[in-house]
Amino acid sequence: MTPRRSPAAVIAFYLFLVVALAYTVFPFYWAVNTSLMSRADLMSVPPVYFPTEPSAASYRAVMESRLFVLALRNSAIVAGGATLLALVAGSLAACALGRYQFRGRRWMLYLVLSMTMFPQIAIVGSLYSMVVRAGLYNTHLALVLTYLLTILPFTVWVLSNFFKTLPKELEESAYVDGASPLQAFWMILLPLSAPGLVTTGLLAFITSWNEYLFALSFTLDERARTVPVVVAEFRGVTEYEIPWGEIMAGGVIATGPLILLVILFQRRIISGLTSGAVKG
Amino acid sequence: MKEGGPGTLARKQARLAWVFMAPTLVLLAAVGLWPLVQTVYLSFTETFTGSPEPPQWVGVANYAEMLSERQFWLAIRNTVVFTVVSVSLEFVLGLCFALLVHTHFKGRGLMRAAMLIPWALPTVVAARMWGWMFNDVFGVVNDLLVGKLGILSDPVAWTATPGFAMASVILVDVWKTTPFVALLLLAGLQLISGELYEAAEVDGASAWQRFVTITLPLLKPAILVALIFRTLDALRVFDVIWVMTRGQHGTESAATYTYRSLIEYNRLGYGSALSVAIFFLIALFVVFYVYTLRVDEER
Repeated sequence: MTPRRSPAAVIAFYLFLVVALAYTVFPFYWAVNTSLMSRADLMSVPPVYFPTEPSAASYRAVMESRLFVLALRNSAIVAGGATLLALVAGSLAACALGRYQFRGRRWMLYLVLSMTMFPQIAIVGSLYSMVVRAGLYNTHLALVLTYLLTILPFTVWVLSNFFKTLPKELEESAYVDGASPLQAFWMILLPLSAPGLVTTGLLAFITSWNEYLFALSFTLDERARTVPVVVAEFRGVTEYEIPWGEIMAGGVIATGPLILLVILFQRRIISGLTSGAVKG
Repeated sequence: MKEGGPGTLARKQARLAWVFMAPTLVLLAAVGLWPLVQTVYLSFTETFTGSPEPPQWVGVANYAEMLSERQFWLAIRNTVVFTVVSVSLEFVLGLCFALLVHTHFKGRGLMRAAMLIPWALPTVVAARMWGWMFNDVFGVVNDLLVGKLGILSDPVAWTATPGFAMASVILVDVWKTTPFVALLLLAGLQLISGELYEAAEVDGASAWQRFVTITLPLLKPAILVALIFRTLDALRVFDVIWVMTRGQHGTESAATYTYRSLIEYNRLGYGSALSVAIFFLIALFVVFYVYTLRVDEER
């Protein structure tokens, strides 16, 4: 669209672009900047826009914190476990909703779609009581199971849209060869849906990795606390000495894997995000 | 196929469908629907979080208390203010971003990847990052606005001043979710055929006229989806507020108020009444949303 534009319009366009990019990236730049500051830089007024003597001290301090390192492990276990479980249960349900005709299918679709927007806060109290009664308080399993409330509905929804788009012929030829529907699912549909599984798996993993409310409510200490809870509760020794360098270092480490995923799978994630919201 | 014909296959699939649905239904019932039923029951009782004693039936007492509580109405008001302001800003900015990334230019892919960063960032990390930037003494926001640009005459304690605190949490939410809105709208923009614009240009329509007569009307479905999605999210806002202000200085939302009642004051009964109120508020929007999308295409 850009040719035939006046130079003023082109300049305005790029100006806007630069502002938009700065607005988007600056806060993250600031976190990295802070995480590399020395103690003197941290206390500087006005703040320094580049670390005068970059130091890895904050990163070292964070990685020496048992609570933080174990939180990384807990987050990986919980997010990985929840994602895996959501993909297994979700791909089956999505196959039924996307490929099979059955009575009640429509209502199931309505149910799944409305549950993608289930407000977690509305059940956090009774879920807490259930978790305690089941002896799951402060365990990974409590989070793996409760995270399904958030990630399973959209996994089913996005995957069912994906299943719908697969060509019918391949499946039919399997039936002609005498395969059962279960075999057709396992040997034809599932391998074909690998890209869809990757997309929904990524979205589910990122959502679980970032979850805060349930992790805050159902865990107590380093045995199950996840990264967001630990980053939210980083406090200094005294009220007046908040360890901002370490908080930012922790935040950067917690975000690192996600940014990597986002850069590697940019297109996948965007298509998954939009097909989750726009009618597929 | 040979023995029974397509009828048998269809019947087999219909039976198998429920087998395939079963794990999902069981899991969702266990972690969603059953706790919801419990919440509704508990909202009619006096009971304390974690207490071994059985709940005592108190009828609608919790609801009566809720409706007469000034804090409740404040939380509702704050939630509505937060939702209306943040969703409006996200929409306007998101539309600008979407139009920007929709044009062809060098480095467009880079811009799109950059836009995903705020979206992928944990809300907690975003809240802490901005909390530091908003710091009254060492924060970069005050330095930019007071020292560098001279827009403000004095530094502001952003997260600890009524009014500014709400503005801060809104700003963080807008920063974090504008990219999501932009991506949804971008997907909508990409569905509009370029020929329409060419024809309009031949007819001598200005850029603004093309935007109003072609882009906006054809983008309506995507706009609607983005708005509803964001509204639903904003109505249950918790993370950003809890981390930045703990709901103090005029930022208490319906969700933080509920959480406080449930976990800090251990009032499971009263908190459940609040939960039910939030649930119905959001359910109303969800019904509207599902109705707008109209799930099934095959009739």
